[in-house]
Amino acid sequence: MAKRVGIEVSLAISEAVKLAKVDAVAAYPITPQTHIVEHLSELVAEGELDAAFIPVESEHSAMSVCAGTSAAGARTYTATSSQGLALMNEILFIIPALRLPVVMTIANRALSGPISIWNDHSDIMSVRDTGWIAIFVENGQEAFDLTLQSFKIAEDHRVLLPISVNLDGFTLSHVIEPHEFLDQDEVDRFLPEYKPAVQLNPDDPVSMGTVGVPEIYAEAKKCQDEVLKGSIKVVKEVFAEFAEMFGREYKVVETYRAEGAETLLMTMGSVSETAMEAIDKMQEAGRKVGLIRLRLWRPFPADDLRAEMGSVKTLAVIDRAVSFGGAGGPVAGEVRSALYNVDDSPYIASFIAGLGGRDITVDDFIEMVDQAEAMAKVNEIHEYKMIGVRE
Amino acid sequence: MENLNVYAAKMAPQQEFLAGGHRACQGCAELLAARLVAKTLGHDYIIANATGCLEIVTSSYPHSAWEVPWIHVAFENAAAVASGVEAAVKILQKKGKYPVDRKITILAQAGDGGTVDIGLQALSGALERGHDMIYICYDNEAYMNTGVQRSSSTPYGATTTTSPAGAADPLGQHTMKKNIVEIAAAHNIPYVATASPSYPFDLMEKVKKASETPGPAYIHCFVPCPTGWRMAPNLAVSIGRIAAESKVFPLYEVVNGEYRMTVTHKKHRPVIDYLKPQGRFRHLNEDNIAEIQQQVDKSYERLLKKVKMSSTELD
Repeated sequence: MAKRVGIEVSLAISEAVKLAKVDAVAAYPITPQTHIVEHLSELVAEGELDAAFIPVESEHSAMSVCAGTSAAGARTYTATSSQGLALMNEILFIIPALRLPVVMTIANRALSGPISIWNDHSDIMSVRDTGWIAIFVENGQEAFDLTLQSFKIAEDHRVLLPISVNLDGFTLSHVIEPHEFLDQDEVDRFLPEYKPAVQLNPDDPVSMGTVGVPEIYAEAKKCQDEVLKGSIKVVKEVFAEFAEMFGREYKVVETYRAEGAETLLMTMGSVSETAMEAIDKMQEAGRKVGLIRLRLWRPFPADDLRAEMGSVKTLAVIDRAVSFGGAGGPVAGEVRSALYNVDDSPYIASFIAGLGGRDITVDDFIEMVDQAEAMAKVNEIHEYKMIGVRE
Repeated sequence: MENLNVYAAKMAPQQEFLAGGHRACQGCAELLAARLVAKTLGHDYIIANATGCLEIVTSSYPHSAWEVPWIHVAFENAAAVASGVEAAVKILQKKGKYPVDRKITILAQAGDGGTVDIGLQALSGALERGHDMIYICYDNEAYMNTGVQRSSSTPYGATTTTSPAGAADPLGQHTMKKNIVEIAAAHNIPYVATASPSYPFDLMEKVKKASETPGPAYIHCFVPCPTGWRMAPNLAVSIGRIAAESKVFPLYEVVNGEYRMTVTHKKHRPVIDYLKPQGRFRHLNEDNIAEIQQQVDKSYERLLKKVKMSSTELD
């Protein structure tokens, strides 16, 4: 039977990885990802997890080793943050192109410079177009559940793509929360052994990663994008199966008290829980405000987002990264694209907040709603507004 | 050399695992070497290949010259990818989840750029971690795939497209070839060797030894490149022989730290015999050549000292 455990979120993720019976973990330490991989190496050393733990000399090699383990047919996991993700960048593009279902936790952290170990989303946003499925979690239970579900989604033969599970560094990775753990037999029923579609095997040799001449490159890329877009169907199926088996329901786009709302705040990650408090406070004051959260960042759930726009007049999108020289935060840009040609689409206000570990408070969320509604009233043309910044 | 006498051309495996019809240049010694390596390792091995000449000429989709499992990920990470394949095959075999339960040899292969420059970190990591694999560097002494740019494996005095000999700077490459063999040996791995397809049985013997040695093995294979070295394609094999005969590229191995020459010569040729047929050295004057002779003598002496210090090999 499932049991409730009070444990640091990083360790809960490691426990999920253990329950997934991964075959290989390759990782390089970087704050704030360290507790996850430390605990995994401990589980391997204690004999609780029968896996190869490969302590590599860099994140570039971590992802390269993952390419090798996954191509050889091993269920493969890694974790990183910030500079580590940036160092992996080159290989991140190749993993989905080779259709390798690697699962990676990203303890989201600001990118240098100035160097910062604290949380924002600049790391994941910088790898937006690498072709990975990207999922955001808001609390420890979600981190545990979605880590398990990620293996099932990634390894589905209709998908065979890597997944990053994003959680806010420190503000989520390092807090102790109650988690409802699943037992091994429950996980085994949900997540069967990984059966590779293609694997490096001398009895059935294949060449992987061959040269893409101009005659086939475009087709290869189109095919890859179709598979990534199509994976949303599998994501939903797996979410549904998980809900059916364990009672915890996940959606690609989540809402909170959004029925009848005229203004929606849009968030990703652990700030959503602070945003919920702000929504509660504003609704108590009689305001028609709700919350919408993107659980799935890639593939972008445009249809699901549009379906939630019913009565919404104003949408305040909160980004935790800057697209330098661009027209707003990366999430806001995406949302504007998704809603641009839609009849009666809401006014979209773009806010950037919470960079490099700066707190976003309940009052900040209320201020964003105030500003967004005022801007909507006059249909203010803007790129983005930064909240909580000294000017 | 032990067992060398049992090797004869007709005893070499007949089967080819690197098929013909690939796109290498005429006289490419890298492909010759890779074919011999493939022959030696036979059926039960997996290749992790770095980006480079060998990768592009053998794998233009939808064609592949490889009849063994082969993966290419990127330029600088063949050692890391091979580490992953090795670790995965090992754990999956242990768990009874790998389709083959025979011993599988893991081979990483890369050019000199992918090894001594951009791939050095991944190589060092893989050697240090002790993966049971062979790493072969096919050294043609420059970035040939991108058009003959200098690498840190380019020898002193060679002209390349980024170390050109010009009016103001007539030498070409100013730096000495990086001694990657010593760097590999400094990792205290069980087997390190130099090899050359101009000495095919020596090469095959070393590959065989490397595959039978548990733990990491590093083979540095000298592969003349007629295109980049600006010489006639039919000289590729003979220039490799002259490289050994002139002490430019001595053939030796380091087994558990003990140095041993595997091909010796009663009399050595002067380096000019090696330099002269190659257009990349055509600009060198007598002083330059004397300087190179001195360098070659000195590093050969240093190597001989190590061989002599390896007392168990003093037979």
